[in-house]
Amino acid sequence: MTTEALALPAEPARAKAPRRREGNTGPVIAVVLAIVALWYGAAVFMNWQGTADAFERAGEAKTTGEIFRATLEQERPMLPAPHQIVTELKKTVIDTPVTSRRSLVFHAWVTLSSTLVGFGLGALLGIVLAVLIVHVKTLEKSLMPWIISSQTIPILAIAPIIIVVLGAIGITGLLPKSIISAYLCFFPVTISMVKGLTSPDPMQRDLMRTYSASLGQTFWKLRLPASLPYLFAGLKIAIAISLVGAIVGELPTGAQAGLGARLLAGSYYGQTIQIWAALFGAAILASVLVAVVSVAESLINRRMGARPA
Amino acid sequence: MSANIASRAAERTSLVRMSAQQRATILTPLVILGCLAALALVHRPGVAGQAGPLFWSFVFVLWLAAVAALSGLSHLKLKQGLARRLVGLAVPVLFGAFLFFLWEVIVVGAGVPSVLMPAPSAIARRFAVSLPVLRDDFIQTFVKSVLSGYAMGCLAGFLVAILADRVPFLRRGLLPLGNFVSALPVIGIAPIMVMWFGFDWPSKAAVVVVMTFFPMLVNTVAGLGAAGRLERDLMHSYAAGYWTTLVKLRLPVALPFIFNALKINSTLALIGAIVAEFFGTPIVGMGFRISIEVARMALDMVWAEIALAAIAGSTFYGLVALIERGATFWHPSYRT
Repeated sequence: MTTEALALPAEPARAKAPRRREGNTGPVIAVVLAIVALWYGAAVFMNWQGTADAFERAGEAKTTGEIFRATLEQERPMLPAPHQIVTELKKTVIDTPVTSRRSLVFHAWVTLSSTLVGFGLGALLGIVLAVLIVHVKTLEKSLMPWIISSQTIPILAIAPIIIVVLGAIGITGLLPKSIISAYLCFFPVTISMVKGLTSPDPMQRDLMRTYSASLGQTFWKLRLPASLPYLFAGLKIAIAISLVGAIVGELPTGAQAGLGARLLAGSYYGQTIQIWAALFGAAILASVLVAVVSVAESLINRRMGARPA
Repeated sequence: MSANIASRAAERTSLVRMSAQQRATILTPLVILGCLAALALVHRPGVAGQAGPLFWSFVFVLWLAAVAALSGLSHLKLKQGLARRLVGLAVPVLFGAFLFFLWEVIVVGAGVPSVLMPAPSAIARRFAVSLPVLRDDFIQTFVKSVLSGYAMGCLAGFLVAILADRVPFLRRGLLPLGNFVSALPVIGIAPIMVMWFGFDWPSKAAVVVVMTFFPMLVNTVAGLGAAGRLERDLMHSYAAGYWTTLVKLRLPVALPFIFNALKINSTLALIGAIVAEFFGTPIVGMGFRISIEVARMALDMVWAEIALAAIAGSTFYGLVALIERGATFWHPSYRT
């Protein structure tokens, strides 16, 4: 009993200690390995029927071991094995020239460019809206509720309209997709920026008043620096959604180029390995983008004299 | 002399303050009347599609008056709670109504072709005419795919979170992964799910399950860690076991986090189901209708479908928020 009582506070104390990286690496690796193992099991299980049927149709009698091996080498499996996806990724990323339409890098670049343009537009719009909302009371009261409730409607459903309408008036290619991305990603930026710009407490604002600081000075010297941590939290969400917007924006145009087009083409022709490779490409792209924003955050934090956390 | 100046200044400030109230009380009804007149005018055959500069300057004046009225309304200083809440509700409603008014007047007055942008009145007409189709789409997408997928995904996320809470090793392994996955374009699994579960609603529900699972997992795990040391020590001194502590202390404390995930998921689920339908469906469903009507350039039907999605999405969100209010009435953000 005593040992238990002593042991109890020890756990929260450990949780409160600065997060040690090596503390999580072991469990994460274990979980990832477990997922990969499960994946192989599922691949064998899900591809078994198709493989066995294929051999039967070909009139070949195979042993269980041979079918087992064949399930992991299917051309159009229900669930490709991880090594097949890695091979496909290597084939389409490294072995294919970047300019070719078979190269995943080519498609990733198409998606990335509209993601970045949309992110730039959306972040700018979000920041401007936040600044306006913080300074103009009318906008705060009238616009803010609409910005919030605009998120409860499935915005992505508008994507086909934007593509078609802009296409009808002669705007095609990069811009319509970027507008979808921008529309998706302005929201987290606005919300977090408003929170950040209003985060200085009354004491600090009173101090600025006693310095007789103007509105602009209060903004540049107090509100903006105080808002940066919030802004970056919003930007990280925004860039991830921006990628989603770009991928979904590629769907209604009928699979011309981009990661979304790869997904759609793969699903038309049953190329499961291609779908999974595009999916992994998108995942890698998303994590790289979020990592870039994090690096920018820590660089700016350091320039502003924040202590490294 | 100085007293005179002071009294005059006081008069001036009181005038300014009065004018906010005046702007609100006088301009608001005027603007509403003006908007109604413009609406009646714009649908006349001589005006629709060929509105002259006189009409546009009238709309422009209305716009200026509306800005003044809204700023007057939002600067009102009201003492009574009820009146303040009413005005707080009226400002965004009037703002939204004015935006719809501008949409209608510009589209009808300038004669924008309906393949580009249909007027709100045309969308409303289409909505009223095609109620049976909309009902079928709603049942297919919302009732079958969204609700079942939402329930399964949230429940699975919750149960795995409890499991992860019981096994710290699992928690430390799963939580970073969960955070990682929530930044990924999960929607991309839609074609795979369509391949696995067929064209009908189970594949959409599967996409919804995957999309809602991770937010629920991450938020519940965070919520289960939210109970303070003191309360946990108290439970311990009561000799409460793991499950008693979980049910009586840690789950109630985690409720705001869980409801946060439920609210996030309510929008994610609808998006997931609609986008998954872009990858293949039977001939019914909101995503299917949107993609097919866009191809036929019947934009009024697409907008009607989007209006349906908006109503469904915000009602769903509102319901969850309402339940949250009832369940977490003790939370500081609801105490007044």
